[in-house]
Amino acid sequence: MGQREGAAGLTTHAPQAAQAVTLPTTLDEAVAALTAMPAAVPVAGGTDLMAAVNSGQLRPAALVGLGRISEIRGWQYQDGHALLGAGLTHARMGRPDFAALIPALAAAARAAGPPHIRNAGTLGGNIATAAPTGDALPVLAALEATLIIAGPGGARREIPVSHLLAGVEMLGGGELIGYVRVPLLHAPQVFLKATGRTGPGRAVASVAVVLDPARRGVRCAVGAIAPMPLRPLEAEEWVAQLIDWDNDRALVPEALHAFGEYVAAACIPDPAPEPDGSVTPLPPAVLHLRRTVAALARRALGRALS
Amino acid sequence: MSHEAGTATTAAEPAPAAEPLPHGLGASLPHADARAKTEGTFPYAADLWAEGLLWAAVLRSPHAHARIVSIDTTHAREMPGVRAVITHEDVPGTPRHGRGTPDRPVFASEAVRHHGEPIAAVAADHPDTARMAAAAVIVEYEVLDPVTDPEQAFEAEPLHPDGNLIRHIPLRHGDPDSAGEVVVEGLYRIGRQDPAPIGAEAGLAVPRPDGGVELYLASTDPHADRNTAAACYGLSPDRVKIVVTGVPGATADREDQGFQLPLGLLALKTGCPVKLTATREESFLGHAHRHPTLLRYRHHADADGKLVKVEAQILLDAGAYADTSSDALAAAVSFACGPYVVPNAFIEGWAVRTNNPPSGHVRGEGALQVCAAYEAQMDKLAKKLGLDPAELRLRNVLATGDVLPIGQTVTCPAPVAELLQAVRDHPLPALPKDTPEEEWLLPGGPEGAGEPGAVRRGVGYGLGMVHMLGAEGADEVSTATVKVHDGIATVLCAAVETGQGFTTLARQIVQETLGIEEVHVAPVDTDQPSAGAGCRGRHTWVSGGAVERAAKMVRTQLLQPLAHKFGMSTELLQITDGKITSYDGVLSTTVMEAMEGKELWATAQCRPHPTEPLDAAGQGDAFVGLAFCAIRAVVDVDVELGSVRVVELAVAQDVGQVLNPAQLAARIEAGVTQGVGIALTENLRTPRGLVRHPDLTGYALPTALDAPDIRIVRLVEERDVVAPFGAKSVSAVPVVTAPAAIASAVRAATGRPVNRLPIRPQAAVIPDR
Repeated sequence: MGQREGAAGLTTHAPQAAQAVTLPTTLDEAVAALTAMPAAVPVAGGTDLMAAVNSGQLRPAALVGLGRISEIRGWQYQDGHALLGAGLTHARMGRPDFAALIPALAAAARAAGPPHIRNAGTLGGNIATAAPTGDALPVLAALEATLIIAGPGGARREIPVSHLLAGVEMLGGGELIGYVRVPLLHAPQVFLKATGRTGPGRAVASVAVVLDPARRGVRCAVGAIAPMPLRPLEAEEWVAQLIDWDNDRALVPEALHAFGEYVAAACIPDPAPEPDGSVTPLPPAVLHLRRTVAALARRALGRALS
Repeated sequence: MSHEAGTATTAAEPAPAAEPLPHGLGASLPHADARAKTEGTFPYAADLWAEGLLWAAVLRSPHAHARIVSIDTTHAREMPGVRAVITHEDVPGTPRHGRGTPDRPVFASEAVRHHGEPIAAVAADHPDTARMAAAAVIVEYEVLDPVTDPEQAFEAEPLHPDGNLIRHIPLRHGDPDSAGEVVVEGLYRIGRQDPAPIGAEAGLAVPRPDGGVELYLASTDPHADRNTAAACYGLSPDRVKIVVTGVPGATADREDQGFQLPLGLLALKTGCPVKLTATREESFLGHAHRHPTLLRYRHHADADGKLVKVEAQILLDAGAYADTSSDALAAAVSFACGPYVVPNAFIEGWAVRTNNPPSGHVRGEGALQVCAAYEAQMDKLAKKLGLDPAELRLRNVLATGDVLPIGQTVTCPAPVAELLQAVRDHPLPALPKDTPEEEWLLPGGPEGAGEPGAVRRGVGYGLGMVHMLGAEGADEVSTATVKVHDGIATVLCAAVETGQGFTTLARQIVQETLGIEEVHVAPVDTDQPSAGAGCRGRHTWVSGGAVERAAKMVRTQLLQPLAHKFGMSTELLQITDGKITSYDGVLSTTVMEAMEGKELWATAQCRPHPTEPLDAAGQGDAFVGLAFCAIRAVVDVDVELGSVRVVELAVAQDVGQVLNPAQLAARIEAGVTQGVGIALTENLRTPRGLVRHPDLTGYALPTALDAPDIRIVRLVEERDVVAPFGAKSVSAVPVVTAPAAIASAVRAATGRPVNRLPIRPQAAVIPDR
């Protein structure tokens, strides 16, 4: 949406809505436009932003449309990494050529909603919205992706995606997410998502598992069950040393099962015992969520290693 | 409409013969509005516009239960662009309304009883201004503890001057001391389904020079809404006119009078046209939902599985206002045993008031909730007796001549056994073992986490029944006029086309009776005589019947002179394909010639035979007609994640007579899909009485991927002699039956009890696998 010419046409229905729509063609022009109009809101796919506008929660004074910035709508390679433009749509990421590079991100993009949402929604938007259910987020967390932030005066800085999601580092005035830097691991990756229905839906829980054979590591992130993706670091280390990296990587079912339980218990721990030693059991819905995370992690690792 | 998504279907009946123009009864006439609706040019209420219109907004309660200390509209009135702010003080007429019982204030004055109850309304020159002004009305509340558990409503302080008990029916039928050798018990809960019409409420009110007002609304019961509005405005009904606009989906009483009434009040107050389009959130807060229900059952059977006695307690959560809860309770209690022969039945039903959002008419109300429960009981009984679930049901099915627990004898066709056998004997869907594994559609969807090794398939059955038309003495009359001029017939009937296909049916009836191809159905407004509400299949029956009678009267007017001339009675003349012929072939002329430029009019009424209210023991001939349905569900369950995919629903239905095969199949598909919704995903959550996630992301309707293959395996055409054309209504009974069948199949797949709808994932996992 966003970059639709029609955004300015909103005025006939809503005088307080965007009076100014800027359509820059480079990242630096976009940054300059945002710096010049601090009240302006950047918009790419608009799948989250316009929902807020339509429900009256947001009345942006001005919009900076990012849809014409061709440099962020594709990707390039950079010393063993892919530099993904923030304007990549989910539909583009879901295609086979992209899936050959970063399979888990492609799977997450394909699962991210119905076709009209995937055609519009972007990678950068998914990160900027930072909804707990954002499907790309656990994959980026597992890949330990970093963000290239474009700032005023051509400035570029790089921050880990987890820092932005955790609020450790924030975007400053006039700053935009320009690129996402993702390592190319040349190994299996899996993204699995549990939803409430067969059709597209928000994740109840999601799990991303990526293998890093060069570093003999397994990285796993669990999405949708907390405000940001969770990394079960101990479970990752434990399972990585079980894997025979030089031969058949497959693990026995018991090990996969234990990994699932390990991940689930790390993400949804048992409540701490009361002073008298009694433990309040988790409510049934939470227990089911934990069981779901365990099943997803077990299946994801099993598929990655098979 | 929300549940009308097309799905892969194979209708049992053969495709209509390849005629260039299908016409008349029994043909698959396409819907007259289909093209405009598909192309997006069909005007709905939200598309209306009038010169100089103002925009309305309604201030709604953010609390489930509170006392209103004060309402201050000063700031709102002073905002630039605001033209009127109205509260309970500005209602000139009757301050209360309500579809079943007038117990609901137009605007809350002393107390708010549910989240979203209207308190004030604003008209302004811009929708944002109106919303901001509504938000600027300062209401001081004393927040009270909400009563949200219907079981507590009996003991709680009265939430309303009318008390908390809306209706109690203690049905007693047969011998209370009877007992069976086998007893099964269960406790069941049904969630809150929202009709979620795909187009939210919208309307336009235009003041008239005579001091009256015209309301342009997507009303499904325009005359009742007109009468309520006139009473509220203190006007005589002839000065309020409702013009029905395009209805964007209606599987319930789609309109919320809480916004209709302020709309007219604002137009009368400002003298300007006033428009309101509800947001999705307002829509969820405003209109009535399906009754959440708590059911406790005990079935007694003998060793052969024959039912001896059913005891049940049924508690309907009516929400804050009565609405049509009394009707829903009557249906729930009457059909509590389902389409089975039960010699002894003791059913206690209550509808109680809480601070939850109000419940009302959603198709199959009452019957759906009990169907899920009695079919669960039948599954339990089959398991305990070691019988096949279909066999156990067959040993107990109802037939014509049997007596319902309300004491009414079933006089209409009741081919329940035939329906059940049809779905049971239909071949099961094949396992996808011949296609590559990555193409399998597993529970969780195409990009889901499904794993073939964890998927279990289950087969289950549901038998459902509903009543048609209003019950318990409701006067279900409809009036229609047929006019013929210049070879074109026009039907004037205030039956609202909600997507159910009435206009198509009316065209078919006139074509069939008069042999005229070109038939127009006039738009509906309240200047026409009433046709009643568009629910419970009444328009097919009473409005269709009225159209047929009027068309026959026109036919007599047309043929009388000819018959007289040739000295024969009109019965000996026949109209086919626009030609009039006599039985002996002596006379042959065309309809056009016979008309001779005349304009023929006739108006007729159809009124089905009367019914009576249920008495103090829940006994009485309460229903005009009954419709039955059998569904066999096949589901795949991922027993680790608890995700369910409905693979196929095989439907056999008692339809009386097929009038339009394509339309009928569409109605069954739509109904079944709505049933899939309440079985698996649709539940409007209201913790502490506050509606959570009132949007279509939070409230998950079935998508095309969730809709199963729907196989209509048998349509039993046994004419119901008291119904016009012998046709039964078809929309409600598949909605009622599908959830029970799906729950039964999940039970079969997992071995879990599944006693709650929608089925939660944790209820469909096999623990400790």
